[in-house]
Amino acid sequence: MEFRKDFFADERAEGLKEVGHIRQRQDAVGHVTGRTKFFDDKKTTGLLHLKIVRSPHHHARIRNISTHEAERVPGVVRILRAADVPENIYTMLSLINVGIPDEPALAFDKVRYKGEPIVAVLADSPRTAHEGADKIRIDFEELPAVFDVEEALKPGAPLVNEYHGQNHFDYDGYSHQKVRLGDVERGFQEADHIVDERYQMSPIEHAPTETQGCIAVPSDDDRIDVYSNTQALFFSLDLSALILKMPSNRLHFMGGTVGGGFGGKVDTLVEPLAILGAMMTGKAVRHSFSRRDEMRAGPPRGAERIYIKDGVMNDGRIVARQMRIYFDAGAYSRLSAYGAVKAAAHCPGPYTIANVYVESYCVYTNRTPSTAMRGFGVTGVDFALEVQMDKLARTVNIDPMEFRLINAYRDGDMKAHHKRTEGAALIECVQAVSDLAGWQIDPKYRSYSSRQPGAAPAAAPSPASQPSASAPPPPPPPSSPPPGTTAPSASSRISSMFRRGR
Amino acid sequence: MSQVPIQFKLNGQDKAEFIDEAATLLSVLRGKVGITSPKAGCEQGTCGTCSVLIDGELRLSCITLAQTCAGASIETVEGMDTDGKLHPLQQAFLDRFAAQCGFCTTGMLMAAKALLDKNPNPTREEVVDAISGNICRCTGYEPIIEAILDATGGSAGSYRRA
Repeated sequence: MEFRKDFFADERAEGLKEVGHIRQRQDAVGHVTGRTKFFDDKKTTGLLHLKIVRSPHHHARIRNISTHEAERVPGVVRILRAADVPENIYTMLSLINVGIPDEPALAFDKVRYKGEPIVAVLADSPRTAHEGADKIRIDFEELPAVFDVEEALKPGAPLVNEYHGQNHFDYDGYSHQKVRLGDVERGFQEADHIVDERYQMSPIEHAPTETQGCIAVPSDDDRIDVYSNTQALFFSLDLSALILKMPSNRLHFMGGTVGGGFGGKVDTLVEPLAILGAMMTGKAVRHSFSRRDEMRAGPPRGAERIYIKDGVMNDGRIVARQMRIYFDAGAYSRLSAYGAVKAAAHCPGPYTIANVYVESYCVYTNRTPSTAMRGFGVTGVDFALEVQMDKLARTVNIDPMEFRLINAYRDGDMKAHHKRTEGAALIECVQAVSDLAGWQIDPKYRSYSSRQPGAAPAAAPSPASQPSASAPPPPPPPSSPPPGTTAPSASSRISSMFRRGR
Repeated sequence: MSQVPIQFKLNGQDKAEFIDEAATLLSVLRGKVGITSPKAGCEQGTCGTCSVLIDGELRLSCITLAQTCAGASIETVEGMDTDGKLHPLQQAFLDRFAAQCGFCTTGMLMAAKALLDKNPNPTREEVVDAISGNICRCTGYEPIIEAILDATGGSAGSYRRA
């Protein structure tokens, strides 16, 4: 195996002596002896068990909730409803001033996805908690639901989330994120071939072997001890404090041992209600997703629909790339506003293309809210881009490896985000992979280097194609809301961060 | 729910508990005895994280009625290392980086021990078959298979029943 440092000896970092060797994990002895304490191993007796009653509908108004029958089940200790949650409406990224509160910890007026939590039952055993939950009666009025990102953006589509007022996240008054370089229409006119394709990613459940969960224990020092398997300990702590309207120094979170996460344990879905239950009963509360909860209501990877229209020359150069991305957030924002920005930031892939036009939408639908998963935003775009690259190579009858070498970005090339490329190594990577796979490439591509200018025409941003801040909103679809309809400050800090190139 | 008495051996030691009639072995081990190496991954008999040995046979404790274990000898990972010395399988899992998040590891070790106790020199196919009921979502199957093969020492008879 060769690394970048093998190709670029002057960049060699001598401290890298661990790669390629097996090193024992610090927690490995605990793992093989069974002594590692996961959250569920911290306290196994004297617990109340919290069971969530979830929406059976994708979209419905809640007419009435009756808890009387459940309260009479022996062993049921307490029932939590929306009114018990001090700050019921929240949004995850409010901690970094992104987005507006758009999601209830417990639904009260309507439900926006199948599996949405409505009532929490606390009981002295898992069995009695299930029995109590089974006796909660909720009267629903079903509403039309929308499950397709493009259907959701059409006029007259059911409004998923009233807090947003439209079925997309608002980026500083724009309906989507933009990337602009050169003149994509002129590029299409010059091109020998146009390849216009549609790609669709699936939502994917992380399915960790350990489901999401926590145990909240009232402590003698007037704090609540919380054993959690969150992937984002301080995020969960701060969000719990925010939802419960309490100082965060009254919460003592203990975590760091996660039985598989892959992004699925980033959302703060179990701790706030467990802590609230512990405060209201004075008892330790265990809130652990069943496997059914995990599969049905646990957030998946957000599905993306991606359109790519490319102009390519007979000699293999891509001269224009237009992309339209719809990121399916599901019913609530969670991290998806950021995911759509990541998707835009990854376009047009590691290739030098003089004319680029990208729009990326974060869309609300009545599907399960999506979340982080292993490079979310980027992975979906890469899937679409690399399949597209193979299709382009076939269109102009060029070897797919050589096709990538022709278009690979090189140090100094102007990227679609108006920054010069640094530290490129795609050419060397493709050369090395070709060798390892025994894939013959033409000797002339052997001489290619990321450090030398390539065949692709150097793109220079003209005054007319400055970054998105000053770009006028493009024509619909769908129509952008008039700028200034929402407070510009906190609602879309992400896009500002993105434009500053952080 | 009425309570019933039960006696069994756990890692060689006698145990006696009063348990719910309908209690699973997993809930008794974790909630009554305080043994936490068997994990509740799915609680429907599909993931293998709750695996234990009952009279030498690999079993899923989450779908085993605890009452049916009266008089049985139950083994968990807690009983694998003795006097501070790791079992050859535990050492091989360490050496081969066969544990990542660790949640499936205890079940994997039980499945591997069930195999090697009966067949000290298995083929690779037999190892794969033996852990086919255990899910590893960190997808570390290859190092796990290599670790189990390592523990056999690669030659007949090198694996000693612990």
